[in-house]
Amino acid sequence: MTMWAAILTAAIGCVVLKFIGYLTPTEWLERERPARITDLLTVAMLAALVAVQTLGAGTAIVLDARVVAVLVAAVLLCLRAPFLVVVLAASVVAALMRALGWG
Amino acid sequence: MPTRSREGAPLTSDERAAWRDGLAVAITTGAYGISFGALAVAAGLDLWQACVMSLLMFTGGSQFAFIGVIAAGGVAAAPSAVASAVLLGTRNAAYAARMNPIVGTSWARRITAVQFTIDESTAVALARTRPRAQRIGFWVTGIGIYVGWNLTTLAGALLGDLLGDVRAYGLDAAAAAAFLALLWPRLRSREAITVGIAAAVVATSLTPVLTPGVPVLIAGVVAFLVGWPDWRGRNREQPTAEQQGTYEQGTYEQEKGR
Repeated sequence: MTMWAAILTAAIGCVVLKFIGYLTPTEWLERERPARITDLLTVAMLAALVAVQTLGAGTAIVLDARVVAVLVAAVLLCLRAPFLVVVLAASVVAALMRALGWG
Repeated sequence: MPTRSREGAPLTSDERAAWRDGLAVAITTGAYGISFGALAVAAGLDLWQACVMSLLMFTGGSQFAFIGVIAAGGVAAAPSAVASAVLLGTRNAAYAARMNPIVGTSWARRITAVQFTIDESTAVALARTRPRAQRIGFWVTGIGIYVGWNLTTLAGALLGDLLGDVRAYGLDAAAAAAFLALLWPRLRSREAITVGIAAAVVATSLTPVLTPGVPVLIAGVVAFLVGWPDWRGRNREQPTAEQQGTYEQGTYEQEKGR
């Protein structure tokens, strides 16, 4: 699979999903099981991505500046900081730690 | 922000709030497109590929998931990258079904609305009470983010070439924090917290043994295992003291969420 093929397949898949939503009767997705699975699938994917983006480096598990940055992000989320503040803070923390040679 | 509607009537406070929230969200999310553009280029995409992703896919979580897998596993991991992006995009189908009665007043409207149906436009719309204000919230947020996100993706991709090592700027940590920020408001029920922790543990422990991207997909299975059976229904039939507590807590959270 080339990069272009992958990008176009993924993009078309995402757009088709949005379109399907407009064709689906509202009641169907509000029924208990589909609603529950859609919600939990999003939670599972996002949580897995947080873990892999924080700890993964290819196929290795690495503890570095990202762990501290994500912990700072979690504290800011507890304090109800806005999205952009959380994301910027994480990037600044990781950048500073790396500039100081701590990961 | 206009002070009057197209028919000349002054905007209600609900409608003004929809404009204000929509523009605010569009500006902050747009700013964050810079990190997508830079990370996409760092992951090995060229400028055009980064821009086409934002123009066509236009759903931030899926875009970051895609380039995250490519960054870890290269083009060889492309099938997992596609699957991660599409699975994470399933929530947009639920948003579309939710927005349909509000914005889908004609087929032309529905087809136009498809691309703008994302986390933010749905959230801003549903935060308002009247259909008119909800429609304003949806379109202002969706179109505003679309413009901002694409311009900043281009800027980020151009900048990414100049930056060199994106890690030195902490952009990789920013992507992880962004996923956490998207996840955070969804952790209201005990069920969601359990699934989140289990998925994170599964993905982390499988990372050293599987191709990049696959651990995240397998973690998605946790959602089906927990979501398919009707645990609450069973609790209602045979409640033990502890399960009873869980059930009542869950019901409370559900009511609060409405």
